[in-house]
Amino acid sequence: MSKLIRRYADSDRMNHWLIALFFVLAGLSGLAFFHPGLFFLSHLFGGGSWARILHPFLGVLMALCFLVLFLRLWKDNVITDADREWRKHMGEMFRGNKEAMPPVGKYNYGQKAVFWLMSGSLLVLFITGFLFWRPFFAPNFGIDLQRVGALLHAVAAVVLVISTIVHVYAAIWVKGTTRAMTRGTVTDSWARRNHPLWHAEAGGEQR
Amino acid sequence: MASLQSLDVVARSATTTPTPSVRQVPQVAKLIDESKCIGCKACQVACMNWNDLRDEVGTNIGVYDNPSDLTPSSWTVMKFFEVESKESPLEWLIRKDGCMHCEDPGCLKACPSPGAIVKYANGIVDFISENCIGCGYCVKGCPFDVPRISQKDNKAYKCTLCSDRVAVGLEPACVKTCPTGAIVYGPKDDMVSYGIKRSKELQERGFRNAGLYNPEGVGGTHVMYVMKHADRPALVDLPANPTVSPLVSLWKGAAKPLAMLGMLGAATAAFFHYMKVGPIEDKDDEDKVVEANGAPGPSSAPRGSSVSSAPTGRG
Repeated sequence: MSKLIRRYADSDRMNHWLIALFFVLAGLSGLAFFHPGLFFLSHLFGGGSWARILHPFLGVLMALCFLVLFLRLWKDNVITDADREWRKHMGEMFRGNKEAMPPVGKYNYGQKAVFWLMSGSLLVLFITGFLFWRPFFAPNFGIDLQRVGALLHAVAAVVLVISTIVHVYAAIWVKGTTRAMTRGTVTDSWARRNHPLWHAEAGGEQR
Repeated sequence: MASLQSLDVVARSATTTPTPSVRQVPQVAKLIDESKCIGCKACQVACMNWNDLRDEVGTNIGVYDNPSDLTPSSWTVMKFFEVESKESPLEWLIRKDGCMHCEDPGCLKACPSPGAIVKYANGIVDFISENCIGCGYCVKGCPFDVPRISQKDNKAYKCTLCSDRVAVGLEPACVKTCPTGAIVYGPKDDMVSYGIKRSKELQERGFRNAGLYNPEGVGGTHVMYVMKHADRPALVDLPANPTVSPLVSLWKGAAKPLAMLGMLGAATAAFFHYMKVGPIEDKDDEDKVVEANGAPGPSSAPRGSSVSSAPTGRG
């Protein structure tokens, strides 16, 4: 029987799923205002006015939960020379040729890139959101600042959504990954194949 | 205002299909002649009377402006400007402020709620308040700083150009009441030619820069001014060349299709990548599952017993 290695503490996993939940809710309510074709999403929240009222609160909750995740994981996501080397071989990765990739630690370059894209876009979303949060904060800001805020908010939201699509797809694509978040553990062989340096650190079986 | 002209809507906020626009009607306009205005505020009274609105009693800010600015229940306000120049020691300019009813309305472009803002075939831009969600995007879209959002109900309000009166063949309330004929109303073409005629008269009387304010940057407006100093609209707090902010145009223009393409494209690319390349599988695990054949596979291994205490990577 394959040994299991713990990848995430339960608190990390629950926080991750809280972020995911708030992402879906803030995302759906926000997309409703972004494109007329998506306005029907506002009905999931009780209509346009309710979606407008709820969206900023959902977004702030997501950002606060993400801040906890950020503080716990940022050190593991610092991009190193080894990551830059890995990036050069990304074409092989996309062709499914996992064996051609240099060994990685807890996170590979792709995961780290997603981490920083999400962190950056959430920071922009958080700050610009306040600039036109009616009725509480918007009256404190000039109209041009609000216009800039609304545009950057939309751009950052799209970056966050696309990063999340990459994030979710990678988890589906690389089999055995999802259980890191659903169970907290990964199999020994998954760790050895996908994160060999972390596997050694984490006390995986030696062959 | 509810939509009373549902057959001749030429533009509707957050709507991507054609609007009901079967009825053809001539374009209308209101022309405000600054040179004839005596600042009596009868238009303000008529506006609140017809629309049944009563603003809060405010405070005097040292000038005649009362209230000092447009509010959710004051849709038109007389603005008084004291101008000193070489030609005249003091000139008193008065402008009736309110919605300009742009041919290319920035509020409508910015509004995310379907049908909360409409433009009728006659050119009137109207807020359909029951569809308003209170987001304030119309305020960002407007180049003239006109929409006001009520603290009470979080709905946006502005001059309707009396769309309810116009729909039944009456002129707007302010036009009807103006005692000097400073406000006139009629087909847009007629109003433009009348405005040009008035401007020429003023030029002959010494106002060399008199002219018509019908700014091209927003496609022209359905509320126009005859100005004594058309070369300097800033004297009466109007932009010289108003346009919908490029930030708003980008946000509500190119950004929308590009972003939709990006998001749908990413999801579609991921789907086909999976179908073409297939998953990265844990081959060792597969072998073990086959070997185990009936025994519990690795994924159902008891927790704890075989879980090593790995560092989770933080201090």
